[in-house]
Amino acid sequence: MINKGSKVLLEVKNLKAEVAGVEILKGVNLTVRAGEVHAIMGINGSGKSTFSKVLAGHPDYTVTGGSATFEGKELFNLEPEERARAGLFLAFQYPVEIPGVSNSALLRLAYNTLQTERGLEELDPLEFDDLVQEKIKVVEMDPSFLGRSVNEGFSGGEKKRNEILQMAVLEPKLAILDETDSGLDIDALRIVANGVNTLLSPDNAVVMVTHYQRLLNYIVPDYVHVMDGGRIVRTGGKELALELEARGYDWLRAAA
Amino acid sequence: MSTALHNLVNQPYKHGFVTDIETEAVPKGLSEDVIRMISKKKNEPEWLLDFRLSAYRHWLTLEEPTWANVSYPKIDFQEIIYFSQPKPKKQLASMDEVDPELRRTFEKLGVPLHEQKLMSGVAVDVIFDSVSVTTTYKAKLAEIGIIFCSFSEAVHEHPELVKQYLGSVVPTGDNFYAALNSAVFTDGSFCFIPKGTKCPMDLSTYFRINTEGSGQFERTLIIAEEGSSVCYLEGCTAPQFDTNQLHAAVVELVALDNADIKYSTVQNWYAGDENGKGGIYNFVTKRGLCKGVNSKISWTQVETGSAITWKYPSCVLLGDNSTGEFYSVALTNHMQQADTGTKMIHVGKNTRSKIISKGISAGRSSNCYRGQVKVGARATGARNYSQCDSMLIGDRCEASTFPTIDVQNTSAQVEHEASTSKIGEDQMFFFAQRGIGSEEAISMIINGFCKDVFVHLPMEFAVEATKLLGLKLEGSVG
Repeated sequence: MINKGSKVLLEVKNLKAEVAGVEILKGVNLTVRAGEVHAIMGINGSGKSTFSKVLAGHPDYTVTGGSATFEGKELFNLEPEERARAGLFLAFQYPVEIPGVSNSALLRLAYNTLQTERGLEELDPLEFDDLVQEKIKVVEMDPSFLGRSVNEGFSGGEKKRNEILQMAVLEPKLAILDETDSGLDIDALRIVANGVNTLLSPDNAVVMVTHYQRLLNYIVPDYVHVMDGGRIVRTGGKELALELEARGYDWLRAAA
Repeated sequence: MSTALHNLVNQPYKHGFVTDIETEAVPKGLSEDVIRMISKKKNEPEWLLDFRLSAYRHWLTLEEPTWANVSYPKIDFQEIIYFSQPKPKKQLASMDEVDPELRRTFEKLGVPLHEQKLMSGVAVDVIFDSVSVTTTYKAKLAEIGIIFCSFSEAVHEHPELVKQYLGSVVPTGDNFYAALNSAVFTDGSFCFIPKGTKCPMDLSTYFRINTEGSGQFERTLIIAEEGSSVCYLEGCTAPQFDTNQLHAAVVELVALDNADIKYSTVQNWYAGDENGKGGIYNFVTKRGLCKGVNSKISWTQVETGSAITWKYPSCVLLGDNSTGEFYSVALTNHMQQADTGTKMIHVGKNTRSKIISKGISAGRSSNCYRGQVKVGARATGARNYSQCDSMLIGDRCEASTFPTIDVQNTSAQVEHEASTSKIGEDQMFFFAQRGIGSEEAISMIINGFCKDVFVHLPMEFAVEATKLLGLKLEGSVG
């Protein structure tokens, strides 16, 4: 939902970043307002995933130029956990397994950390269970997953749904979904997309990083950006994704 | 390894202070004369001196073991002080007579010596360098026939019991360090639970090495008679010295018919600095004998300290239907080396044993589980379950597992499971991205990893262990 008058959540200007001395992002510009859904598309190695990790503060990446603000605050002055507490959420492309730590314990700790940050009451395990039982319906997961170790022994699709469950519990202002659709079958894709749509509101925003148009059939973007060589080379509406699906990326790369 | 993880494992050691107290020591070095001197200082009976001397003569024929997965410069046994005690040495009639400096030391360590102050209802025996300083709640326990006192006192007050059981589980010639201990041991705890008595409170010994260059060689003997039960706790710390100190203890447990002994240790000897300078060499022999039918011995240990740990609390399951258990968390950081595990020797019929071992390695440390499950020909229906899990923090540490299974009875069932996991940057980033700082993340992971062991610790020990692991790991992940 585009509303030019709504609040700017994320403003990225001429962002440059490198990993192990190799420059990957070469000047990215992006503005995300509350209520908007953005899709970032592009071929492998174009810098899409790097962009999402740099925003979240992954330690392997070094910002070498440009700036990013999150609700007006300098994003790169914040530690990764501070960015998260400010409301920036990254759904991981490859969710890690945490043996011995139960899903519900993790969710409750993360939730209560946020509550404290926002000056709200922490929930005890019983109160939290009421909340999480509601949230888990959003991703159609069996409640038994709450008692299991985080992602341990989960299928690829279950891991991705678990990411969206975390998003549902934490209610971020800006969620970046890093190839959340990859490896999902059509049913899981529908469930994940449903979950995301349920969580969308005029106050928050989603940036989806994806290779494929098919996710965009379920979560309809306001903007589609094409990334190539570490820059956004084209921005359009949802029809741009359809055009990419039909024509591939080469015509854009040639034009760029 | 990134800095958050790194900072988390590298908390300074907070027990590293030295107490300024006058001590009386025998000259360094080991000989029959030194042993006679120790025995004389302790006013020991002839049979005990003979026990020491025969152990010493046997020790001279033994070679220092080299099979463990640890390396250290050769120990010069003539450079060690074998006996050191706070001065003046006199019989203490009450707790109030304890040297105030000494009392402050233990208060600093969180061990109150005042019975009134003992909130938790735990009886404490305190060993400072070589000597038992005080034993609390002794009189109250004596009313129901429980003997809980220093080893030296037991030698004088209950010689028949000491004579009967000393060396009955760990013979003097058992191994190099057990033989050394048998020759020079100075004090320790003695505990006797009579027939049919459930010990109403936890018994605890707190060990402290203070004098630089001194070794600590204590001896603990616990006897649980028919149908009795006891829960025993042991804690250890030492000051920070640049030199290494040797700690070679022997612990013997005897459980008669239907008796139950639960022995818990939180070991936090000084581990040396981050470059491996200083620290305790912890070469300990601990063994329990399930002598009677339906007896049970359970070892729980949380090993976080020492430069080198060489320790295998074991159970000999002699009585039919007896049970042995070993629950262990061993954490190594910096340059620490641990080679620890257990032996479960099934002799009687339908004997059961269970081993849960959790090794956590950080820094450049090496952590090794070594275990033996042996089922003898007569042990029909014996069962063992072993689970050995290792966790690596960072990428410069090492974990290894050496299980040995030796089964001579076809009806035995033996299971062994093992796993290795790693706390890496990706996990820490995941936690951070969910708003959780590295310290909380580590403590959550560690507690999750260790919970199968922590549930077997007494409540206040479990809390202490959790805190201790968090402190020890501060700075190692991230």
